[in-house]
Amino acid sequence: MLIQNLDPLASSLFSLLAIASLLLSFVMLGSRWLKNYLYAFAAESWMIAAISAAIGFYGNYPELYLIAILTVLFRGLLLPYLLWGIIRRLDVDREIHVSVQPSTTLVVGALFVMLALSISFRIASDLHLELTVAALALTVMLSMKLIGFLILAVRHEAISQILGLLVLENGIFLGSQVLVPGMPLLIEVVILFDLLIVVACFGVLVRFLLTRVGTTSSLDLKRLVG
Amino acid sequence: MMIGTLISVLPLAPLVAIVGCLLVRQSPFAERVNLLAAIVVFGCALPLPFLIDGHAQTFWSDYVVIDRAGAWVILCTAIVYLLASIYAIGYMRLLEDEPLYRFYALFAGFGLTTLVAPLMNNVGLYWIAIELTTLVSTFLVAFENVAESIEAAWKYIMVVSAGISLALLGTVLFYFAGTPVLGPTYAMTWAILAHAAPQMSGVLVTIAFLLVLVGYGTKVGLAPMHSWLPDAHSESPAPVSAMLSGALLNTAMIGIVRFLQITRAANLGELAALSLVGLGALSLFIGALFIVRQQGVKRLMAYSSIEHMGVIALGFGFGGVLGTTGALYHMLNHSLNKSLMFFGAGNVMRSYGTKEIESIAGVGRRLPVIGALWLAGAIGITGAPPFGLFVGEFTIMRAGMKPSFSWAVYLMAALLVVIFIGFMNHFRAMYYRPEPAEGRENVELSAWCAAPMWLALAPLLVLGLAWPIGIWNYLSATAQSLLGAP
Repeated sequence: MLIQNLDPLASSLFSLLAIASLLLSFVMLGSRWLKNYLYAFAAESWMIAAISAAIGFYGNYPELYLIAILTVLFRGLLLPYLLWGIIRRLDVDREIHVSVQPSTTLVVGALFVMLALSISFRIASDLHLELTVAALALTVMLSMKLIGFLILAVRHEAISQILGLLVLENGIFLGSQVLVPGMPLLIEVVILFDLLIVVACFGVLVRFLLTRVGTTSSLDLKRLVG
Repeated sequence: MMIGTLISVLPLAPLVAIVGCLLVRQSPFAERVNLLAAIVVFGCALPLPFLIDGHAQTFWSDYVVIDRAGAWVILCTAIVYLLASIYAIGYMRLLEDEPLYRFYALFAGFGLTTLVAPLMNNVGLYWIAIELTTLVSTFLVAFENVAESIEAAWKYIMVVSAGISLALLGTVLFYFAGTPVLGPTYAMTWAILAHAAPQMSGVLVTIAFLLVLVGYGTKVGLAPMHSWLPDAHSESPAPVSAMLSGALLNTAMIGIVRFLQITRAANLGELAALSLVGLGALSLFIGALFIVRQQGVKRLMAYSSIEHMGVIALGFGFGGVLGTTGALYHMLNHSLNKSLMFFGAGNVMRSYGTKEIESIAGVGRRLPVIGALWLAGAIGITGAPPFGLFVGEFTIMRAGMKPSFSWAVYLMAALLVVIFIGFMNHFRAMYYRPEPAEGRENVELSAWCAAPMWLALAPLLVLGLAWPIGIWNYLSATAQSLLGAP
């Protein structure tokens, strides 16, 4: 197994990249401008591509280079481009109603990271991997998951919610690169394509929302209750 | 060999229908080709349970699996797809100025993805199939293109995508749990995971199962992840509601059941069963609360779906041959009965031009035949004899009668009584309140609208009067293989 006997340089490289992606999701939490979310998401995807390539190099998984290239193409370029197209069509460029202040959100995000850390250590100690990069990867994976849900919960603009979903997916993708680099190529490629379809569907729905409902804020979606 | 041919034709028929709809772009052709596809699918699905022996068979270099449980879910799906396709012809003609070929292309696509998901042998591909069902059905929910249906579609895709991403995380963690046993690269099929389960890390399997349960539980509509369900089921066209409720929920449930099987193999069955029972009981509770004070007629049916998914979750959670058999039997009956209810609700909605229970009165006089069928269905759906759901619920309650779960049985019994009273009270209002004389506009409901209700009620009555011994043997054998006895 790769993560059990990794040389220190590789280990610190992975850690650096994983923590950088985690920090980028905090950028998304702290900002109110939709464009910033987008840049942070794109940068995060590039980090994940770098992780894939690094693991491909150190762990001798040549197929991960392909995954890295596809990640850059899809998550790093195509998805941000599609989302940019959606943002341009909307006439909002930031979150208007802030139900929870960004500063509070950052603190809650930090608490989530602690929760993720304690869960990951429990899992890692059961597998005798406490001192490896696996514990860190699990932490980052779970924290990004929780932060994604936090974004979904406190942000109301359609575009922020889509990005929240994409952070959820990024977390899983990052974790799976480190924890299970040998996962069959087919699955990962299909999941990448699937993501593309998801965002395309969201694009169509946002257009429907604009024309038929006249708003893209989930705060105004309250016709259906009870 | 025969089975191989059948399950190749199974996805091919809707695929041809999609291509046909998109090429010809004419409504009359589209409804015919979709109906034909549904008939072919039903013809393929019906013999499957008879042909399968005890062993799961795999095809296409292990990517496709067919076992007893899968064949059963496919049969339920095929029945609902056929009934809904018949009903769609009558119902969709009543909608104005929407290009129907697009509807039928999406509808066949929904049928295709729902049929394919239980066939997936690879856990990752199963996840993708479930995700695809969401993407296709979102546009069916939004099909009427009014503000409410768009809102419902948005909530549906948002909540379900977020939920199902938890299932993906759980799937990755299951793969991770398997790597110490199976090496870094292996084909993650259900059988291989279950085989390796006893040596997996308990902590990891626990958290992975809980994530998968919450993830696919969102898709199944278990409370408290049910919030998308009433909106999507009430705002979509009635045939789509029937498919969402009768076919899709079962397809997601089979995933939970297969993960439950793996978790049992890892000796963590008790915790898994307890969490399933907890979610099931909560679903029943939420269903009961919202049924009693419901104002929308299709939302009433939607909360009833939550309730019945809760009952099925209880059945699988109670476990044992009795509980699992009861839950599987309940799946078929629920598929039939809920289709009947949504068809009736669609007819009544079209006839009265409203979704509000308050504005509907004198159903029995205005629509004598459809009204009688719908009322019979309402008695069935609340779990009263002599219809099939009663038998399923009774079996599940018998299975739960053991010290660890008896609380859930008592709770279930009490809530079912509350639901019966609440549900029938709405029907009393809709049937026996005097109808205001003025403002009647008559919408002609064609035979296409009534025929599928007959087709759903007849087997429901037969399955309720006697549990055919053949089905009992089949389902108890399915239960035994799901419970891990070789």
